[in-house]
Amino acid sequence: MLNYARHILVSFFIEIKKVNKGETMNRITEHPILGKPEKGRLVTFFFDNKPVEGYEGEPIAAALKAEGLMVHRYTQKKHEPRGMFCAIGRCTDCVMVVDGEPNIRTCVTPLKEGMVVQTQDGIRPKVTDEGNKKQ
Amino acid sequence: MKRYDLIVIGAGPSGLSAAIEAAKRGLSVVVFDENEKPGGQLFKQIHKFFGSKAHKAKIRGFNIGEMLLKEADAAGVKVVLNATVTGMYLDKEILVRQENAMVHYKGDSIIIATGAAENTITFDGWTLPGVMGAGAAQTMMNVMGIQPGKKILMLGSGNVGLVVSYQLMQAGCEVVAVVDAAPKVGGYGVHAAKVARCGVPFYLSHTVIRADGNEMVEKVVIAEVDAHFKPIEGTEKAFDVDTICIAVGLSPMSQLLKMSGCEMEDNPKKGGQVPIIDDFGETSIPGVFASGDVSGIEEASSAMIEGKMSGICAAEYLGYCTEAEKESALARLEEDLDNLRQGMFAPKNRGQAIELTDEGIELSKSLLTKGYMEDADMERFPGVTHTKGVHPVIECTQNIPCNPCQDACPQKCIMVGDDITALPIIDEERACIDCGMCVASCSGQAIFLVDEDAGEGQATVTFPYEFLPLPEKGDIGIALNRKGEALCEAKIVKVKTSKAFDHTALVTMAVPQEQAMSARFYRKENN
Repeated sequence: MLNYARHILVSFFIEIKKVNKGETMNRITEHPILGKPEKGRLVTFFFDNKPVEGYEGEPIAAALKAEGLMVHRYTQKKHEPRGMFCAIGRCTDCVMVVDGEPNIRTCVTPLKEGMVVQTQDGIRPKVTDEGNKKQ
Repeated sequence: MKRYDLIVIGAGPSGLSAAIEAAKRGLSVVVFDENEKPGGQLFKQIHKFFGSKAHKAKIRGFNIGEMLLKEADAAGVKVVLNATVTGMYLDKEILVRQENAMVHYKGDSIIIATGAAENTITFDGWTLPGVMGAGAAQTMMNVMGIQPGKKILMLGSGNVGLVVSYQLMQAGCEVVAVVDAAPKVGGYGVHAAKVARCGVPFYLSHTVIRADGNEMVEKVVIAEVDAHFKPIEGTEKAFDVDTICIAVGLSPMSQLLKMSGCEMEDNPKKGGQVPIIDDFGETSIPGVFASGDVSGIEEASSAMIEGKMSGICAAEYLGYCTEAEKESALARLEEDLDNLRQGMFAPKNRGQAIELTDEGIELSKSLLTKGYMEDADMERFPGVTHTKGVHPVIECTQNIPCNPCQDACPQKCIMVGDDITALPIIDEERACIDCGMCVASCSGQAIFLVDEDAGEGQATVTFPYEFLPLPEKGDIGIALNRKGEALCEAKIVKVKTSKAFDHTALVTMAVPQEQAMSARFYRKENN
């Protein structure tokens, strides 16, 4: 019980640290041709119940990718992982459940503050680890 | 139902160019595009374009995009975004999805400029997250500002594969290999050379066998293929990568044309299902035009010219300009288009084995099979001389339509001539003033300024550099050869940046004299 509490506390601090870091693993901070990328306001949204930061107006998929989150959904029959494939809204591989609505193309849908983004399993939100724990 | 003189479908380079020409002639024009932003794929193109002045050569694609948007705005073109055209019916009626409503429109003429979609190929594991189109990678890094991955394998050595490989490195990613099932590099030799000199190995006659990984790509296995493209057992090689980019061509998105009843054909030279059109883009239905990649895969430069042609034809079709005006405008554009469609990579030459340049010079085999030229190959090309003092060395060895180097040189040292696919020639009588304009103007990054005897047994080599961080004067590092191998110690003696160079820095390194014609790139020792 004590261990579990400590685990929660530690993960909480990890989250805080991550949120405060601002720059994340996959963002290009300065480009030799394009300079510094123009981005909107830094906002918090939720990915499978966890708070994640991204820039307002950028595609949801970009904010996820910046955090190294690449699995967007699992297929209906074989439950195979899928991620961003075309990045221009054609292939529909990157669809997720966004604010309760499934099949949203995350590579062309702009990020908004407080958005609830969930990994899609078939056409439903995937039951996440945290969900499992609660059960 | 709202009615317009002209409806353009697609706000990419071709559609916008068409809309501008038509609006200038007084037509009421609307452009529909399914995307959130106009410009099509232009805003992902961060390299300098080829061609001549008429084709906006040496300007980077995204800057051309901005120019087009301004022009469209000035001409009064109305661009409606987030508007997907879902159907095109009899009498030039279309159905557009805007927000969550379906809206009807009618055009007295229609120009379809829907562009193309990336092809893919399948292999075990191709659906894993981390496998993506090369265009997707380009979108991520150049529009979203996100690295597609850290370690990447590129499948496809056409211009898209080569240009994106280079851009991946500019975005700070590592490209572990360029792989192509064909026995020869598909894209421009100059594009291959600038990737190879960064140390990226080329695996021609190879293909991807499978991608491994649990939830995402962790490893890729490639193997050599035989003459029938069958993998040869025992030739497998594995790379630890997190991303595989697929650059295996594009297919026209011609569904609307087919739906509306235009006569279609399957034409492999044009990339697939395309409408049958006349020289200026008119389909079998009078007043319906197709321009850009949807009518045959080429590139943005030709798509813009085709767009202009269709826009002018639509204007004449509706009586907004006379036939004589149309003919004279088209004649000029036809010449521009014809110039772009010359050379060994022209659509008409697709699939042909070419061994000699137009000048009768044997092509570099190593460039075609390994992505870089052997030292010995260089000497037979007219851009390579050994003039005393600083002089340009132009490693441009294939006939491609491009001539900015000729215009860039204030001393007129460089000659391409009227045929813009000709190889540049150095006029040794005219003295180079070491200004570097040619180096920065070369879209293929194939021009170097070399002083083979800079004193004290040293030579200096100036090369184009488009990476961060920039080397600094006084830095000591390693000179690389065309293959990207470490050659010798190099000292940075000059770093020149200028607005006129448009983000291409000119870095000059000093190397031992005997490496003057081999040292072509640089890296700091510690990476």
